[in-house]
Amino acid sequence: MSQITLNVNGAAQPLALEPDMPLLYALRNHLNLNGAKYGCGLGQCGACTVIVDDQPVFACLTPCAGLEGKKIRTVESLGSAEKPGPLQAAFIEKQAAQCGYCIAGMLMRAQSLLEQNPHPDEQTIREHMAGNLCRCGTHLRIIEAIKQVAGHNGSLT
Amino acid sequence: MTSHFLKSRTLWISVAVLAVIGLFGAFLLMWRPAIDPIERPTTFDTAQLQRGARVVEAGDCAVCHTRPGGEYLAGGLPLVTPFGTLFSTNITPDKQTGIGQWSLPAFKRAMRQGIARDGHFLYPAFPYVHYRRMSEGDIADAYAYLMSGPAVHAPALQNQMNFPMNIRPLVSFWNLLFLHGEPLKPVAERSEAWNRGRYLVDGPGHCAGCHSPLNLIGAEKSSEYLQGGSVDGWNALALIGMGQRANPWSREQLVGYLRADVVDGHGTPAGPMRPVSLSLARLPASEAEAIAEYLLSLQSPHSVTETTPTTQPGPPADHSTGALLFTSACAGCHGPAAPMREIDGRPGLQNTSALQASSSRNFLKTVLEGVPAIPGSPGPVMPPFAASLDSDQLGALAAYLRQQARPDQPWADLSSTIEALRQETK
Repeated sequence: MSQITLNVNGAAQPLALEPDMPLLYALRNHLNLNGAKYGCGLGQCGACTVIVDDQPVFACLTPCAGLEGKKIRTVESLGSAEKPGPLQAAFIEKQAAQCGYCIAGMLMRAQSLLEQNPHPDEQTIREHMAGNLCRCGTHLRIIEAIKQVAGHNGSLT
Repeated sequence: MTSHFLKSRTLWISVAVLAVIGLFGAFLLMWRPAIDPIERPTTFDTAQLQRGARVVEAGDCAVCHTRPGGEYLAGGLPLVTPFGTLFSTNITPDKQTGIGQWSLPAFKRAMRQGIARDGHFLYPAFPYVHYRRMSEGDIADAYAYLMSGPAVHAPALQNQMNFPMNIRPLVSFWNLLFLHGEPLKPVAERSEAWNRGRYLVDGPGHCAGCHSPLNLIGAEKSSEYLQGGSVDGWNALALIGMGQRANPWSREQLVGYLRADVVDGHGTPAGPMRPVSLSLARLPASEAEAIAEYLLSLQSPHSVTETTPTTQPGPPADHSTGALLFTSACAGCHGPAAPMREIDGRPGLQNTSALQASSSRNFLKTVLEGVPAIPGSPGPVMPPFAASLDSDQLGALAAYLRQQARPDQPWADLSSTIEALRQETK
């Protein structure tokens, strides 16, 4: 066990963790942030995607040791069921979720793109989102939702 | 007085004659005529198109002439050279922005001499030093295939070359020094496969463009043919003596690797070799087999340097952090009992070329960038770890894995290489 302080969604979280613990387990089992999902555990599906500083990462493959001082953000930082953020609202409007397991990861990967490039074209969106899979096959609706926010009327804030 | 006048007059005449000769020479050297434009051909021979498609694939034309997400062969890919950035051009048969007005002789001149239809010098990043070694038939087939494709309107992007390399006619001097070599003739005492392999390697495949070191003005060092080079920040492996190394390549392994498979004992092509291997995988297997036949026949001229142990006994290093990181970030795919090794052929890491290499660069680059998915192409995907591991962690992981792979030769340059790579990929 070692003492590690993670900065998650703007709050410092002192935790006693095994240093090889992947971030995903700390988020879900220690901080009760269950948005990010365990999918494959191999960095192949993207269900666990969160943002570290400004980059999307697979939380299942990111060791907690080394994350001190970095800003970790999960889907819970985007909004709530009562007050969804703009990207979440677009996903609801476009009915982009079917079973919903991949959606937290999809949202965080899309969020990281829109923060760096507020108006990406569809090709850029597709390339950026290629690392995240949806077994229900709702990719087209997911892309529609991201395009809605990326359109000139959309805004992340 | 008169004699002085005469002397000075003789001098001036000599200078003038020399100047005229010089200008004439420069003109001959640096001026090339345009070749008349043509109307794009409309009928094609189907068998020739099929052959041409294979030549274009073997020549890796699309690897440079298609930008990510761009139209096939419409150019626009940035090529970063030590002399500035070039953008590949549109080689679809578009009349205005492509090669739609090029006749076969114009295309042949470009392939063999590096001159565009309108007479301007092409930069040697276009590997005409290799394409000039191709057969007449292959060049004609490639031409037919390119002219038969859909025309895409895509104007060339402005190159950003540094002075003086932004002056194209100066390429003529480069050509004077480095443009030689005739179309390849088969070597009678060698097998058909060996000859085919040599043709693919030295002709269309232009392997030496990356796998030979380049001199100060960007030409391949012929004295160090295929002895390893670098491209886009990756080390391109030496292709000679592949069967004689500490971790030798078998023919089967090399054929699999050339066709983008994950090969037990070596890994899978990453970086710029990935699209090349995917091209080869679209060709008949006999092509990769021929390349393997030829490459494995190339003996290293000097003893294998990679086996020389370094003289750094020192105290045994503590690799516990690296081992922990491996368990946490890598073992799911690369650990001894990983399901991904069973069901999808992920390699154990000890014998991969990246960990066996004397430089840590390719290993670190693979971990930082991963092996990205190529839309429409099958193949393994490895996630990038640039944002998941900090530089200390990456260094610890690399030192640990290198210790497993080559305990006698730890990598010495880890932290500086990691910092350099992070800067390069910014």
